[in-house]
Amino acid sequence: MTEIATRPSAPARPGALAGLRVVEMGFAAAGPLVGKYLANFGAEVIRLESRLAADVFRTTYPPFKDGVVDPDRAGMFAFYNDGKRSATLNLKHPKGVALARALIGQADVFVESFTPGTVARLGLGPETLRAEHPELIVLSSCNQGQTGPHAFHPGYGSQLSALAGFVQLLGEPDSTPVLLYGPYIDYVAVGYGAIAVLAALERRRRTGMGCTIDLSQYEAGLQFLTPSILEFAANGRIPGRAGNADQTAAPHGVYRCAGADRWIALSVWTDDEWCALADLMALDGPATAAGRRAVRPQLDAAIGAWTAGRDRDAVVALLRGAGVRAAPVLSISELFSDPQLAHRGMWPTVTHPAIGAMHVMAPPFRLSATPSLQERAGPTVGADNDHVFGELLGLSLDERRTLERDGVFE
Amino acid sequence: MPFGGAAGDWANSLLGGCRVLDLADLSGAVCGRILADLGADVVKIEPPGGESDRLQPPFVGDVATSERSIPWLAANVNKRGITCDLSSTDGRTLFARLASTARVVIESFPPGRLRELGLEEVLRDTIVVSITPYGQDGPLAHVPGSDLEVTAASGSLWLAGEEGRAPVRTAQPQSPYWSGMYGAMGALVALQSPVPQRVDVSAQAAMTTVHPPAPVWWDIANEDHGRTGPFLLGRSIVGSRFRNLWACADGFVSFAIQGGPIGRHTGRMLARWMGDRGAVPPAIAAVDWDRFDNTTLTQAEVDALEAAIAPFLRSLTKAEFFSEVVERKMLGYPVGDASDSLADPQLQARDFWRTLVPGEGLPPFPFPGGFALFDGERPAVRRPAPRAGQHNAEVYGGIGLDRRELARLEAAGTV
Repeated sequence: MTEIATRPSAPARPGALAGLRVVEMGFAAAGPLVGKYLANFGAEVIRLESRLAADVFRTTYPPFKDGVVDPDRAGMFAFYNDGKRSATLNLKHPKGVALARALIGQADVFVESFTPGTVARLGLGPETLRAEHPELIVLSSCNQGQTGPHAFHPGYGSQLSALAGFVQLLGEPDSTPVLLYGPYIDYVAVGYGAIAVLAALERRRRTGMGCTIDLSQYEAGLQFLTPSILEFAANGRIPGRAGNADQTAAPHGVYRCAGADRWIALSVWTDDEWCALADLMALDGPATAAGRRAVRPQLDAAIGAWTAGRDRDAVVALLRGAGVRAAPVLSISELFSDPQLAHRGMWPTVTHPAIGAMHVMAPPFRLSATPSLQERAGPTVGADNDHVFGELLGLSLDERRTLERDGVFE
Repeated sequence: MPFGGAAGDWANSLLGGCRVLDLADLSGAVCGRILADLGADVVKIEPPGGESDRLQPPFVGDVATSERSIPWLAANVNKRGITCDLSSTDGRTLFARLASTARVVIESFPPGRLRELGLEEVLRDTIVVSITPYGQDGPLAHVPGSDLEVTAASGSLWLAGEEGRAPVRTAQPQSPYWSGMYGAMGALVALQSPVPQRVDVSAQAAMTTVHPPAPVWWDIANEDHGRTGPFLLGRSIVGSRFRNLWACADGFVSFAIQGGPIGRHTGRMLARWMGDRGAVPPAIAAVDWDRFDNTTLTQAEVDALEAAIAPFLRSLTKAEFFSEVVERKMLGYPVGDASDSLADPQLQARDFWRTLVPGEGLPPFPFPGGFALFDGERPAVRRPAPRAGQHNAEVYGGIGLDRRELARLEAAGTV
């Protein structure tokens, strides 16, 4: 091979997951984003939803295009459900449940993220489904898992991120912790959820076995805190907030630059890097990392004084030129014009029937031979009913009209 | 036993029979850890003497040795370990023989290093997961970065901290976990494709996925969100913000005034709970929770309600708060720490904790079990993180090296 290609070229072959069919029911992020990643690599992901119990990402979770609250103008839904199909089914109607069961019976994977017990009450629990289709892979993702004393306790990602211990680690020492902005832990659970499904597919390819997966978003999140837990378990110390201090690097911090809310981040890991930084900023300080860690506040003040009047991007360029690790603290809007993310195609542009031109998010890893393909935003409600109920389930137009009249597609 | 303890059971595990060679340092070690948890035979390859990240603090018992680094132990459980000097011709030959038995290779070298080592040809039929700060190409590909810089370049640093003050980083580095997780996802997607290929993970891009809904607010509504400290931008349509972190008697709790059916139930239960413990403040007693809508409250109304709630929450311990919100089915959790996790009854009921004996002469510790239950079974902690070269004889023996040959390579410093 002349090279391991790193730039995806024009998609010459189908996606890595082409031919895979996924049926999904659920709401918000933690379940549905699993389907997003599978769809991005070529799986056919059919989202079953109902107008009677719509996803919060379609109803109450802003922003909406032009501020108009409408399920088809909901930004979060359109942005993070790209590439899926939508079919509507009223699961309070027995015929709706029967159709869902037929669709799942044709699928390789079923993803659900309701409160524990919900799908079982509908007759769509993993035991029932896999009794008929032993090769089916079922992922149930919920807040605290399908079992245990807190299984039915309501919760959401921002507060679960606090319970798990992420929030405790964020902020200045000896002051109130701060939030990780959003439902951070949900996106950890998304990653592990997709991994669980893909690993089960790999086993199925080898053995023909299906799999029932019980994913607790809490337990998934705790994986990311393993070192903190181990430090308490081994040394009896509870890790806490440390501002921007690091246990190894010094200096290691965020410093204000000229302009409103403009900052750089820099860190020094070796004595060579320290010499380069000290030369550039005319700093005085200890030659060893341990010495520098002992005088952190003074070093931070001196660096901050140097950066304060200077242009952020010019400082970053100088530091990088001198061999010091540094980066601008990018605002969210700047992510959309960042040359490195643009180079990687992080924000593909799509056209949404109600929202118009918008971006979606590419997976943060690129595959050289079967790159992700993102051509459609999240679907409008029921956009694919004809395909799903007509082509996949083979219902005639007359049958579908009758079902529609009976409220089965509500 | 799909996840049983012995190597022989791997054949039935999720990734049984899948050999993975792991060359990654701590910036990418979690990728192999996840695949190992799922039953892959992950062989960690270090330079002779062990990789330098083995000296990342903190250390078990605060003793700084290469076998006690807590971040290193955490990321390398369930792997076997060998040494191999890739800068030597013999080492590269040896690696090539091993690579022919592997489906996945994970590496975190600077972009281009594999080519310089002449290893790309060797890896033609292998999935190569590369984990770097900014990715394999593009304007920043060769710019070095640590957790802090990639977090800064991802927008997630921008969103964390108090308004008007410096952004802050999570004290335990997060980007190695995000990058490793996406590396594992990428490897598993690639395994489903018939063609071997490169999986190019960028830590910057990985950290860009962690902060919805902020990108959507910019893309759909042209609003550039910033830091809000302990406040959550709720569903308010008049721009009010709601406190989500509160001081309690022995720490902090996460609680918010919310709407919707569960939010209204939470408010109703809060009022009842306040009554049970004394008096309901007038501002709370005046609310008709059946019709409560938090989306239209002005900031002054929010502030008045929050001022009435703060003293109540300050009077409770985290444990009291937790048991009552569970009992009353209210939204809210204590701000937990590592000690709270270990005591959590839910995790105990689900048999989450495993026991890890991190090394010879060290006591056993509780350790997080696998991230999900597969057919009711949790992936096990099968083995502790390896010592450098611990499995040289076993692994090299498996590709046909006899003891004499191994001794020669050891003497030459290749392994």
